[in-house]
Amino acid sequence: MPLLEAVRLALSSIRAQKLKSFFSLVGVLIGVTFLIAVVSIVQGMNVYMTDKFAGALIGVNTFQLRQTPNFTMGNTTEAQWREWQRRPRITIEDAAYVESHMKTPVIFARSGYDRRGVAWQGKLAKDITLNTVDAEFFQIKHWNIAEGRAFTPQEVNANAEVAVLGWELAQRLFNGRDPLGQTISIGGLPHRVIGVVEKQGNLFGISMDKFVVTPITSPARRLTNRPHVIDDLQIQATNPALMRAAIEEVGELMRVRRGLKPSQPDNFQIQTAEGALSAWDKISRILFLALPGLVGISLVVGGIVIMNIMLMSVVERTREIGIRKALGAKRSDIMAQFVVESATLSLTGAAMGIVAGILLAFVIRAVTPLPAAVAPWSIGLGVGLGILVGMVAGVYPARQASRMDPIIALGHE
Amino acid sequence: MTDDVIIKLAGITREYTMGTEQVRALRGIDLEIRRNEYVAIMGPSGSGKSTMMNLLGCLDTPTGGRYWLNGHEASQMKDDDLARVRNKEIGFVFQTFNLLPRASALANVELPLVYAGASGRDRRRRAEQALQRVGLGDRMHHKPNELSGGQRQRVAIARALVNNPSILLADEPTGNLDSTTSEEIMRVFGALHSQGQTVVIVTHEPDIAAHAHRVVMLRDGRVDSDRINPPRATGVAA
Repeated sequence: MPLLEAVRLALSSIRAQKLKSFFSLVGVLIGVTFLIAVVSIVQGMNVYMTDKFAGALIGVNTFQLRQTPNFTMGNTTEAQWREWQRRPRITIEDAAYVESHMKTPVIFARSGYDRRGVAWQGKLAKDITLNTVDAEFFQIKHWNIAEGRAFTPQEVNANAEVAVLGWELAQRLFNGRDPLGQTISIGGLPHRVIGVVEKQGNLFGISMDKFVVTPITSPARRLTNRPHVIDDLQIQATNPALMRAAIEEVGELMRVRRGLKPSQPDNFQIQTAEGALSAWDKISRILFLALPGLVGISLVVGGIVIMNIMLMSVVERTREIGIRKALGAKRSDIMAQFVVESATLSLTGAAMGIVAGILLAFVIRAVTPLPAAVAPWSIGLGVGLGILVGMVAGVYPARQASRMDPIIALGHE
Repeated sequence: MTDDVIIKLAGITREYTMGTEQVRALRGIDLEIRRNEYVAIMGPSGSGKSTMMNLLGCLDTPTGGRYWLNGHEASQMKDDDLARVRNKEIGFVFQTFNLLPRASALANVELPLVYAGASGRDRRRRAEQALQRVGLGDRMHHKPNELSGGQRQRVAIARALVNNPSILLADEPTGNLDSTTSEEIMRVFGALHSQGQTVVIVTHEPDIAAHAHRVVMLRDGRVDSDRINPPRATGVAA
């Protein structure tokens, strides 16, 4: 019997018993829903983490030379923590040494940061990220200026008392009024506002627009670090292919400058976006490990339910089997009929599960800050698993059916 | 064995084990049926009638002896070959019609062609022809429960004919019908026979057997008598 015929037959018997069919495929439905929804969320998170998180916090093609990592992953041991604290700070002189010896084409920006209150005419915005940086910082961050301008290298050299505001800070302090030319107080030190950075949006519900940027030579510099000390040297390769070479060269230069022997480990940190993402990698790996378990249990249960329904169906349709055999159906025809019916039933469940999973992913995206992106491969996998579960579950009932004695089957009431 | 012999049974025996007891349903049957014969197989219950019907229909194989159907030796066949013979050589008509309840008349008649591997268009054309032959050209899309008993049995006959079988094998075909409808169905069999179809009817009703041209009587698993019926005065309607 041709496959198409068998599928048509299967669909008609599923339609004939809609409610029973639905209950029998609930297990597969739930399993596939899980599969699609979890994969969608994890994939969505992946995209989010690599595009936004890494891009926003570190910058594209960028790495940082630091004393200690700024993103710690998992548990840090006491000994590790103490080793980090014993490391020398990164100094202006370290930065100058690396900048002057570097051969790989890169852009540098020294930076220091802290959290401070910023005030204007009696209004105070608390807990604002203060960045004291080189002019190249704007280029490294890919920040566009919404109003006014960024400061220039000349202003950095001239110790200019200027500031560029994050979009939300500007809103809070000036509330629609023009901030350009106004003098704000950063931790009590006056700076003139020369620009506002374009809105960056949220990351995990945290605003990315609550910051103020001043030259690394401005008075605010005193608030971030001791003289000659910086928090990090930000280094951006001019193209992605140069990243690895740049990272290695910076490491080499720092080891030479600090006179480290080959046996001694680095006493500085090179922080990359991949490094920051390793914690997320760990979480997504655990989710992907747990996923087959979750989906597997639902599918096994779903398969058992389908097998039972099919066994019942075989008994109920004994007479039909007898008729088909009398009219010339071979064992393989009867076998195929029930396996295809079981697979069709299961596939119907999988299809409903795919729809439910996609809907669930969209609901999650709508009501939580978690993004969700439906992965095409998970749909393919859902379809494949649906068919597989149905076929496996259908084999035993189909064998029972195919082995029926037509005489006994025809006599069955 | 001449070309004309469509069924040949030689020393057929069939034994069953029921519990610890050995039942000898058929105890050595020799029988020949020629092309275009119209035969009734009769006998009281327990005579081996049903076993005979199952063997002739290739639903079962004999314990001993040999059975040729249209030149094929069916007594030695395995499952799949038996299925093929049932599909190509035999057209069954049952007492209880045995139609698939959810399928239309047309789909029921198409069923043997599905297993014969015919294409969809060919199936439909041949099924329509078979239904027209039994006078149901206007009921093709009705489900069995929308048809009368007589009409259902006509659908079953159309289904039995659709593969051009060597024999039409009917098991108590009027057992579930009133006498008027029974006559109507017997007229269909008569017409088919007059068009050249070989017909074998298993029945315990003398009225039905009277339509046949030859009556084989079974008793205790043996052929008790085998005689030619006198031509009926009423004749057969073509």
